[in-house]
Amino acid sequence: MKTVLIIGAGPAGLAAAAAAREGGARVVLLDSAEDVGGQYWRHLPATRPARNESLLHHGWSTFRSLRERLEGDELCEIVTWAHVWAIEDRNIHVLVGEPDGTNRDARVYNAAAVVMATGAYDRTLPIPGWELPGVFTAGGAQALAKGERIAVGHRVVVGGAGPFLLPVAESLVVAGSTVVGVYEASHARRLLGTWTTRPWELARTASKVTEMLGYVSNHVRHRIPYVTGRAVTAIQGADRVESVTVSAIDRSWAPIAGTQKTIDVDAVCLGHGFTPRLELPIAAGCRVNARRFIEVDEDQRTSVAGVFAAGEITGIGGVDLALAEGAIAGHVAAGGAASDMQMRQHRVRRRRFRQFAARIESAHGIGENWSKWLTDETIICRCEEVSFGRLNSVAEASQATGLRSLKLLTRAGLGICQGRVCGRSVEELLGAHVPGGRLIDGVSSDRRPIATPIRLGELAQELDNPAHLERTNTK
Amino acid sequence: MGTYRVAAQIDSIAPEPATVITISVDGVAVDGLLGQTLAGVMLGSDIMAWRNTSFGDQPRGLFCGIGICFECLVVVNGQRDVRACQRRAASGDQIEFHRDLPVHVEDAESEGPS
Amino acid sequence: MKGSVIIVGAGIIGAACARTLSRRGLDVTIVDAGASAGATSSSGEGNLLVSDKGPGAELELAQHSLRLWRTLAPTLESEIGRDFPSVEFERKGGIVAALDAQQSQALDLFADAQRRAGVDAQRLSADEARYLEPELSPAISSGVYYPEDAQVQPTIAAEAFLASARAAGTRVLVNTVVTGPLIDADGKLAGVVTSSGNLAADDVVVAAGPWAGEVAQVLGGTLSVGPRKGFLLVTSRMPRRIFHKVYDADYVGAVGSDNHDLQTSTVIESTASGTVLIGSSRQNVGFDSGLDVAALRKIAAKAVRLMPFLLETSVIRAYCGFRPFARDHVPVIGPDPAVPGLWYAAGHEGAGIGLAPATAEMLASLMLGESPAVAAAPFAPGRAPLADSLARTT
Ligand SMILES: Cc1cc2nc3c(=O)[nH]c(=O)nc-3n(C[C@H](O)[C@H](O)[C@H](O)COP(=O)(O)OP(=O)(O)OC[C@H]3O[C@@H](n4cnc5c(N)ncnc54)[C@H](O)[C@@H]3O)c2cc1C
Ligand SMILES: Cc1cc2nc3c(=O)[nH]c(=O)nc-3n(C[C@H](O)[C@H](O)[C@H](O)COP(=O)(O)OP(=O)(O)OC[C@H]3O[C@@H](n4cnc5c(N)ncnc54)[C@H](O)[C@@H]3O)c2cc1C
Ligand code: FES
Repeated sequence: MKTVLIIGAGPAGLAAAAAAREGGARVVLLDSAEDVGGQYWRHLPATRPARNESLLHHGWSTFRSLRERLEGDELCEIVTWAHVWAIEDRNIHVLVGEPDGTNRDARVYNAAAVVMATGAYDRTLPIPGWELPGVFTAGGAQALAKGERIAVGHRVVVGGAGPFLLPVAESLVVAGSTVVGVYEASHARRLLGTWTTRPWELARTASKVTEMLGYVSNHVRHRIPYVTGRAVTAIQGADRVESVTVSAIDRSWAPIAGTQKTIDVDAVCLGHGFTPRLELPIAAGCRVNARRFIEVDEDQRTSVAGVFAAGEITGIGGVDLALAEGAIAGHVAAGGAASDMQMRQHRVRRRRFRQFAARIESAHGIGENWSKWLTDETIICRCEEVSFGRLNSVAEASQATGLRSLKLLTRAGLGICQGRVCGRSVEELLGAHVPGGRLIDGVSSDRRPIATPIRLGELAQELDNPAHLERTNTK
Repeated sequence: MGTYRVAAQIDSIAPEPATVITISVDGVAVDGLLGQTLAGVMLGSDIMAWRNTSFGDQPRGLFCGIGICFECLVVVNGQRDVRACQRRAASGDQIEFHRDLPVHVEDAESEGPS
Repeated sequence: MKGSVIIVGAGIIGAACARTLSRRGLDVTIVDAGASAGATSSSGEGNLLVSDKGPGAELELAQHSLRLWRTLAPTLESEIGRDFPSVEFERKGGIVAALDAQQSQALDLFADAQRRAGVDAQRLSADEARYLEPELSPAISSGVYYPEDAQVQPTIAAEAFLASARAAGTRVLVNTVVTGPLIDADGKLAGVVTSSGNLAADDVVVAAGPWAGEVAQVLGGTLSVGPRKGFLLVTSRMPRRIFHKVYDADYVGAVGSDNHDLQTSTVIESTASGTVLIGSSRQNVGFDSGLDVAALRKIAAKAVRLMPFLLETSVIRAYCGFRPFARDHVPVIGPDPAVPGLWYAAGHEGAGIGLAPATAEMLASLMLGESPAVAAAPFAPGRAPLADSLARTT
């Protein structure tokens, strides 16, 4: 029997697992989290049951039925706390155990078909003061609300771009916080233009639209002031957030002089879009397209034979697209084809939600002049505390044109997060010094051969226990 | 002001009673609920910073909340480099703060390449 | 003006040569297929070692280069300004630790010979070694202390040489691949053909690192230099617990070895930023840059044997590079024996950072018809051992 190995148990990975099982394959589903669900269905742990947990979620019943279907299936092995730390050709190296633990169980999987569904995380642009405690990514605030019932503050500002700011604000209000404002960088005209020029497309993506409009029109709507064409351009506080500066920005996101307004808050949530988690597909050799997502064909195949990709790593499109892509990827990985009858509904949904995703991108894409809100002192690389001024002075002094050398000259992106937070911003800011506007060495900050830290003692371990050998062969 | 755990009595999701656990944070006893992460327990008590940076000595706590940014590192029962937002808290856990100072900016750029 | 030179390759060797040649009055253009310091020179460590070299020509060159390095840091700063990041020259000293009686004996013999060649090599009992490096394993049997061993940050050093060269008039062309020779009416080499046009010059220097053999061939010369892959590990930041460079005693064995299988020898050092670098492996597998977990495991296993506290430290990154190695493991510096106007500065294996200043000086002396500070014959491209090995491989 064919084995399909799936990395990531978010909406895309869960849908892939269910489809691969329908298609008759055995499934191994790996996720580094303690439970399945991914970012969208992040939920309370089993030790904290709540009768109405579904209030925190959309599509909760879809999740419940997917999970029950897979958990009750002995040919679907779900391995949580499974940290994939390296991929070497077709060998998938995994440590199973507590996050950042020691002496975790080392395994190597090698399956004929692999589905990558590692999702995305918030892209947060550097802002003066963004390193203060009390500044959170929008997704982080959401994760705390859904997974911990923690509210990030009493008076909160949400800033950035994209429809995802709304569910974050909603969660905060439901948790009892006052959302002082949601500041969307895009201008109202651009939003209206994109959202309504082709109303028929919107109608077809009805569930997404209701969900999204739901956030602005439900019972909390009147408690969330939503302002467009504005951005959080500075954050102040002694050793935690005390206030934010919000400015009007032009279409390129450059702040407009004289429009600054200071607002007292105790927390700020920022999200300027999403960055796909590409290190594993890149390690497997999958080609990345010009938009910096994993390239897939109609069958969700990547450029590497036997390796499929689904969900946010192929393009930011939200839960419905992730589910459709996941189902197709799992089905094809098990031996089917996207053109098969039973995939019809998924194909249709995939097409619709891709159009929808393209609209989001065109409405909320990052403006090219965001760096105008930076000062010389603004921290760009949080791990290594490299400032904007330092990046610029080293780039000028060295006239270096490659990312590899510039990272080592400045230390930007060399810290323990491996450039996950600052990488793309650093590339952009340094590229501005190079004729042509971009670094020439083709080195990508998305490449991280060691995908998650591993203890030296775990690396030093000899892999000769029988349990390991048995897993090695999941073909 | 700051972070807080939503009180069960007023939470619309109607939580059932959960088990209280106690951990030690830099020598101070802090209560949380079984199933929370270390970050969740600390934020629930309005502890928002638990690390100081190596160059600038600046306070840091949780940023991304999903294991991406590594801002939330703590020392747990003597073990360094543990992401507080990922590790489940267990009663009796001893949390210490990473204190790596001082690394002087003057000579702080060495290291091989990436 | 004393003539014009094209240097192929803007790694640390090409950059150091460009600096010296342009400061000696030549008209220099340096060409790189990619970005500056984007290949081997930003994929390794920056150890400036005498400890790993037995008596011979390479040791002499290394000793001379170390002398040059000692005054380079302040000189470079005056040439390129204080805004440029420091090259972080540090005379840290190295400790080689033996893990059993047999290793101790071999190490002692090696150190004796080095002492006769003028290396400061001080024998340490196990206790003395552990006094200097408290985290060394209690299992070590003895050690040798090399106070002369030093380090720089290799990428910054390469870029600093290049910035200094630029300040002295060198033209830097990046993103430009050298694809062939430019031949004049007399049939003589008169420059290079590149992906962005022809470049004329009196002389051409191949400093193309592990690709030097290929580039030599493209230009009509013969040079037997190829890649030898190596991996390194980087840990997360931690309070300083390692104070010198620390090596195990098999280090010496691997450098000169012809074995094509995976070999590792341990080099552990903490960096000023608080991370620990752990090296390294050696493998002859061509230009395959793929991850090799077996190599990483082997490096890790040896490192924890030497310094057990490392067991719980986190590895955050691994990287690999290709050491440019000549068949007889000695760098190649000088003119091609058959093609007038074609020069080499290549094949520095795992020591190119350390040897860069002396290499540049030797090349300049040879090109300007002066007599070099260190005898150049052992490094000559036409030397017998290289020709022999060539004959064997072809
Ligand atoms: C913090 C956060 C909160 C979000 N909340 C919402 C929301 O409330 N509403 C909304 O519309 N959208 C939300 N989104 C957007 C969300 O990304 C998508 O809607 C959806 O979750 C994407 O599904 P996916 O399956 O592609 O990826 P994810 O749901 O991100 O699933 C990817 C899974 O891969 C696993 N993984 C990644 N790398 C590894 C590895 N090396 N080893 C093992 N496992 C790994 C992760 O643990 C994760 O569970 C959120 C995004 C983020 C980052
Ligand atoms: C893991 C590892 C650890 C190491 N540790 C040390 C150490 O501790 N100490 C030490 O001294 N050394 C060390 N080294 C060795 C050192 O890094 C090298 O000897 C040195 O970097 C070689 O420099 P280079 O300028 O010759 O080559 P490179 O830096 O590779 O430069 C060659 C340049 O030539 C260019 N090029 C190639 N072909 C063409 C073409 N056709 N046209 C134009 N340009 C071209 C390339 O793009 C490249 O930029 C280590 C190496 C490795 C891999
Ligand atoms: S807060 Fe980002 S990793 Fe924990």
